[in-house]
Amino acid sequence: MSHFFDVFMVSYPIFLEGLKITLYLSAASLIMAFVIGLFFAILKISSIKPLQWIADGYIWLIRGTPLIVQIFVLYYGITEIILIDAFWAGAIGLAIHSGAYIAEIIRGSIQSIAKGQMEAGRSLGMTKLQTMRRIILPQAFRRAIPSLGNQFIIGIKDSSLVSFIGAQELFGVSSSLGSNSFDFLTFYSIAAVYYLVIVLVLSVVVNRIEKRLAKSD
Amino acid sequence: MANKLMVQVEQLNKSFGDLHVLRNVDLQVEESNVVVLIGASGSGKSTLLRCLNFLEIKDEGRIFLEGEQIEKETHNLNEIRQRVGMVFQHFNLFPHKTVLENVIEAPILVKKTPKKQAIDDGKALLDKVGLADKYHVYPSTLSGGQKQRVAIARSLAMKPEVMLFDEPTSALDPELVGEVLNTMKELADEGMTMVVVTHEMGFAREVGDWVVYMHDGKIVEYGRPEELFDQPKEQRTKEFLSSIL
Repeated sequence: MSHFFDVFMVSYPIFLEGLKITLYLSAASLIMAFVIGLFFAILKISSIKPLQWIADGYIWLIRGTPLIVQIFVLYYGITEIILIDAFWAGAIGLAIHSGAYIAEIIRGSIQSIAKGQMEAGRSLGMTKLQTMRRIILPQAFRRAIPSLGNQFIIGIKDSSLVSFIGAQELFGVSSSLGSNSFDFLTFYSIAAVYYLVIVLVLSVVVNRIEKRLAKSD
Repeated sequence: MANKLMVQVEQLNKSFGDLHVLRNVDLQVEESNVVVLIGASGSGKSTLLRCLNFLEIKDEGRIFLEGEQIEKETHNLNEIRQRVGMVFQHFNLFPHKTVLENVIEAPILVKKTPKKQAIDDGKALLDKVGLADKYHVYPSTLSGGQKQRVAIARSLAMKPEVMLFDEPTSALDPELVGEVLNTMKELADEGMTMVVVTHEMGFAREVGDWVVYMHDGKIVEYGRPEELFDQPKEQRTKEFLSSIL
């Protein structure tokens, strides 16, 4: 155990670099994923059939293939056309992936808002879009927060897969350090500790938000 | 003393799939009158109400508002709905907004009323319905009767020409019905034109200028409350009244 702490203390400057990339990667991908998810959620609940089909197709494609395949296809596909670094290829891949799940979460929470809310808005002369923006979506997001938080946690852990196209995030760093020293167990265990701390912090934040918003329900 | 016609419905028909909900309905509502729609559930009275503010779109027939024929092809229905207020059975307050925010939302968003003006107007309306001490609480903390009074204030904030009430007291505990009916009665006394779907026959008799009995999507009988309740002409009306009284 003292070996673990020794290595932890010695390696932390390198791990902090990896942690930074993991956090940037997660933040960039989850922000994009949220926009993508909201977009496809709205396509899915629209009354226009072809738009629903597009959303269904996207969700089917993403849910039906492994994330690592998506990242590889995207990375080698995009670099055929334009040169893009592993970070952004990975961030976009993660965003497209999480976006499909977030779309389903948001769609479900929008549809869980009582029909009377839309009718009340419309009866006051508000347009469908106004009612969506001011009445339905704020309530839907509140309801979606626990599931979104969960999906964000999955997204952070999934960012480790971007190391396979060369990103030096937490997992990439621990792999490199491990193969230099053959002390894989220690370095992967250290990576696990960092992931646990990130997820713990995020869980606490999500819980706080949930509690604060619960007041008005 | 022919009053101005606020709402006029001619030969209205509406179906949901195979279900023919409204059959050749004619209705006229004069300014400042209270018209009460009664009938068994499924008789089409709520659908008729919802057609009047275009939450449901009629299949056939004509609807006039202040003499002007309204069609979804020629009119912006969002503008029409601003003129026709609606109060729902289940209140449909916005749970993520405070009482005052519920009331000022539409005037600010739709009518572009300056915020300060909207707040002053909103507070005045809430005072009027007896909720002066509830501006900043969330709807979940209110009783059903209070919620429905907020809903009435919210609807009035758009300064509608006609108010529609869709079973406004049916979801309330019996002891809370009175406060909502009183608010509605005050509104009627001030000259608001109202169309009310209700099972409260006392209210229909006391506040209604006209009572309409509907059955199977058709208007069976139409008359002054004392005529319709005390000397119904149609057999169906008699049966309905004896079943509920």
